[in-house]
Amino acid sequence: MAKRSIIPFGPQHPVLPEPVHLDLVLEDETVVGAIPSIGYIHRGLEKLVEKKDFKQYVYVAERVCGICSCGHGMGYCEAVEQVMEIEVPARARYLRTIWMEMSRVHSHLLWLGLLADAMGFESLFMESWRLREKILDMFDATTGGRIIFSVNCVGGTLKDMDRDMLAGICRAADEIEQEIHPVMETFLRDYSVQSRLKGLGVLKKDDAVLLGAVGPMLRASGEAYDVRMLGYEAYGDLDVEPVTAQDGDCYSRCRVRLYEILQSLRLIRQAAEKIPDGEIAVPVKGNPKGEYFARIEQPRGEAIYYVKGNGTKNLDRFRLRTPTTSNIPPMVELLKGCQLADVPLIILTIDPCISCTER
Amino acid sequence: MLEDAKMLTFARTALKNLFSRPATVGYPYEPAKFPQRMRGHIEIQTENCIRCGLCMRSCPPGAIRVDKAAGTWTINRFDCIQCGSCAGACPKKCLSLVPGYTEPDYQKKEEVFYLPEKAPAAKPAQTAAKPAETAVSP
Repeated sequence: MAKRSIIPFGPQHPVLPEPVHLDLVLEDETVVGAIPSIGYIHRGLEKLVEKKDFKQYVYVAERVCGICSCGHGMGYCEAVEQVMEIEVPARARYLRTIWMEMSRVHSHLLWLGLLADAMGFESLFMESWRLREKILDMFDATTGGRIIFSVNCVGGTLKDMDRDMLAGICRAADEIEQEIHPVMETFLRDYSVQSRLKGLGVLKKDDAVLLGAVGPMLRASGEAYDVRMLGYEAYGDLDVEPVTAQDGDCYSRCRVRLYEILQSLRLIRQAAEKIPDGEIAVPVKGNPKGEYFARIEQPRGEAIYYVKGNGTKNLDRFRLRTPTTSNIPPMVELLKGCQLADVPLIILTIDPCISCTER
Repeated sequence: MLEDAKMLTFARTALKNLFSRPATVGYPYEPAKFPQRMRGHIEIQTENCIRCGLCMRSCPPGAIRVDKAAGTWTINRFDCIQCGSCAGACPKKCLSLVPGYTEPDYQKKEEVFYLPEKAPAAKPAQTAAKPAETAVSP
């Protein structure tokens, strides 16, 4: 038996955008165990719910993470609305859905760029981020922010979109769909990309379910599970079919995210076509009393928002379980048996967001 | 395993990008374009302010301070998160989010606006005295 040694990995590593630390147990170059530890970016945002008005906390919730900000604000609002039994207007539900799907496109394009960067494919990285700019520009034009949108409020949305804006979003979706083809072709067919991703970090379907994987990580293993199928917001009126792949390797995870971009662009166009006229928010009276679990599909997977109100303007508890929290146990399993040089790529393919996880 | 793999798939796009115009704006040589809705910074029309203090109470980070007795409206632009909560709460609609970022600085400062009843000039003034240029050191 080879001599065992422990190599510290992270929290600062060139391939990782977020601070996660792993103690890798190695036998020669093979990883036989990985012990994750987090705690480098904890900000105590959940505790802040006791200090802030429940309406003000929307702005805190969406600052949990820069990439999933739209979803965090939306998930929190939905949980509070359910506690207070508020019926959100149909137009607001469609607006939230459009922004959420735009958010998914920009998150996946960001991840694709990071993946290309991790492989040393710089021109592909830049091209992915060039496409992402179109979505960010549309966010800027419709919400007033590129990353933090501040459009969700308890009871609906703060901003509306006129016909020109909806047409602009559809135009941007068409352009991205057209221009993403060479990027997709490269990620799916290129020899160097395939040789780096295929057969690496295989997660079987049964293991994925058993270890509690969520989002593209779960769907890449062949499990057709997507929270959007529950039909929250306007998803009930749209054609949502989970995008799946069968192999469960890094290539499949990349494939699922690529096709989810196309799916999201389709959903944006559908929602823009079907959006009804009417109010965008209803007035909110009183304070929340009771508790509720809301589930939404973030770009990285299923996120859970728990809210408990006591009848005052400050909530008793807000709890957020992020997709990365669920994806860390399968990631640790994937690392066992891989080579040291493959560790960064495997960690990257779960799309870790440690800022979300630590809140 | 890699039977359907192709070589140099991205070469055409990479070459096209090499000879086409940059996708980025040449800031600061070209001016940055801001969309109309951009949440850049808060502006106040002091003549309409009734000193109710609703903006101060609605501000999530507590960046706004309204002093009714002194007749001042103070904002710490470094604490402001540009959420627009104050603009939504203002009954007189004298607060608005306008495009354009505030300038960076090496010191946190508050900007004080004098409300008309107390002082006729509605011009902003700095409370913290601006340090001399020589004070800037790494």
